[in-house]
Amino acid sequence: MTSSSSIVMDGLTKRFGQLTALDHLDLKLEGSKCVGFLGPNGAGKTTALKLLSDMIFPTEGECFINGISVQEERKKALAEVGLLIETPEIYPSLTPREALGMIADLRGVPHSEWNARIETVLSEVKMMEWADKKVGSFSKGMKQRINIAASLVHDPEIVILDEPATGLDPRGMAEVRDIVRSLKKRNRLIFMSSHILQEVTDVCDEIALIDKGKLLLYDTLANTIARFSDAGAQSTVDAGLSRPLDSQGEGKLKTSGDIVSFESVEPTRLRITFKGGMKGQEKLLQSLVAMDIGIVSLSGRANALEDIYLQQIGRGD
Amino acid sequence: MAAEAEVTGEHIKAAESVFNVPGTFMQIPKLMRYQFSVYLQSRRFYAMISIIVVIGALLSVVVAHFRPSFINNNLAFYGSLFAGAIPVVIVLAAVFFGGDAIAGEFQNRTGYFLMSVPIRRATIYVAKYIAAFLASLAIMALYVVILLINGVYYFGSNAFPWQLGLSFVLSIAYLAAVLGTTFLFSSLFKTSAYGFVMTVVLFLFGFSLLEDLMSLVVKMEPWMVISYASGVMGDVFSSNIHWGFTGLTTTLTTRGPGGAIFRSTSYTPGVGEGVLIMLAYFIITAIVGLFRFERQEFS
Repeated sequence: MTSSSSIVMDGLTKRFGQLTALDHLDLKLEGSKCVGFLGPNGAGKTTALKLLSDMIFPTEGECFINGISVQEERKKALAEVGLLIETPEIYPSLTPREALGMIADLRGVPHSEWNARIETVLSEVKMMEWADKKVGSFSKGMKQRINIAASLVHDPEIVILDEPATGLDPRGMAEVRDIVRSLKKRNRLIFMSSHILQEVTDVCDEIALIDKGKLLLYDTLANTIARFSDAGAQSTVDAGLSRPLDSQGEGKLKTSGDIVSFESVEPTRLRITFKGGMKGQEKLLQSLVAMDIGIVSLSGRANALEDIYLQQIGRGD
Repeated sequence: MAAEAEVTGEHIKAAESVFNVPGTFMQIPKLMRYQFSVYLQSRRFYAMISIIVVIGALLSVVVAHFRPSFINNNLAFYGSLFAGAIPVVIVLAAVFFGGDAIAGEFQNRTGYFLMSVPIRRATIYVAKYIAAFLASLAIMALYVVILLINGVYYFGSNAFPWQLGLSFVLSIAYLAAVLGTTFLFSSLFKTSAYGFVMTVVLFLFGFSLLEDLMSLVVKMEPWMVISYASGVMGDVFSSNIHWGFTGLTTTLTTRGPGGAIFRSTSYTPGVGEGVLIMLAYFIITAIVGLFRFERQEFS
């Protein structure tokens, strides 16, 4: 059943007066995976997600969820979707248990299952101890956790998240990533907009990049990085070491033909610049292991995505 | 067979997790119950109760101290203290509970929480309307209880005129119309303050002014003004109730200095006419408000 989950945006256009926020966006997501929706501020990400949830109406085009038109049959189309759009506010006089009870009730979750489901999702967002406190006294991050819980309370087949890490501290961001990973394990289709490239790199299988309302690319993360990694271009990675680099290790690095330059960021962390794209990175890792300098980690994919992002979007234009 | 079930276990679990979203007519009472509970827990509900208790206490003390002539006649007593005050109570309740009912969903961003659910905009509108109606009714009931306690004190427990019951029924129709209008104003804006101000200005001054302008200057029956229709709540306490569906026109001719003749015309709505006007306000504002909210974007 979950393999048939689909989100389709068909020629989706939205104009606000003279401003074209979304320009004939065509995007089709299918199956169980996590798709990162990337783009700079004002690119049209939230506009697209609002159109997908029928919060705003398209100037042209249509959206379909599981083959059902959102514009024609909102209720039916959103029945199996968990939505979090633009950091909603919850009625301050309600407790998380009451607010999630309301969502569960309106979604048709049987009363006998409420407690179990509410407690499951509240535990997932680490808010169980606040279950019976009024939401009015919560911080922005706590409210966002409840919003995430609300989008999951009915165990949806498709989850649409608009900047889910907004207002969350680093621990909260890591927890969001854990939630997304857990949803992926349960074969859900997740469509998530984010500004945090590390987050996208960590959890997403595919990325859709938009700017000025137009889709620039949609592909798997691996294909995207491979496609845009120019063999002649230089890339930078951070290498973690188990021990500080000694003079012998420094000599090995200097004489390695795979490395353009390197610098010590911390005693046990090196920033290495190399050439050759993904192939070059693979070769570099093999060389570093062979050098026996205590290499324990190499993080470079977020940088690669950042390079592609900046290359596609343009540096500040 | 068992192996097949095991292999597809994840899919079976997912299939079981899909719930049937209740129909629109099932979602309305569900959402209404939560909205009503939100009203009951709100500061404005307690503020409204405090206002009614203060008005009731003042009324009791003033009547007991000054003993106006109407305390000798139960019909006059209830006519003055119910019909005289209930329109103000209704307008206050409508402003408190309906003024930002729709606009507040945009301004406070609570609408984004509701709209994450597979629910029609009309369901939200209707559920919120019914919740506000019930909260307002509770406030009206509180005022009636205070009035009845006073009435029992002066006339005993067997002196409730039937006109009081009829006037109460008419006041419920008036509440439906006022709240419908308030919801319409609220749906026109995305900022709560505009809805509040518009309702207060129109119901406390605007409609009365329009009514006076039409009857005194234009010299026509102000049948399209809601405050004119609200007159029937008091008219039912008079000795000759005009039940009809048309207004009663009374022209008074007086002679001024130098023999000049002055004519003043006043209009009294028939009870049937008053009910029709209130019903029309309720229906028209509900349709326009619903249509407007259906087209509102959460942008």
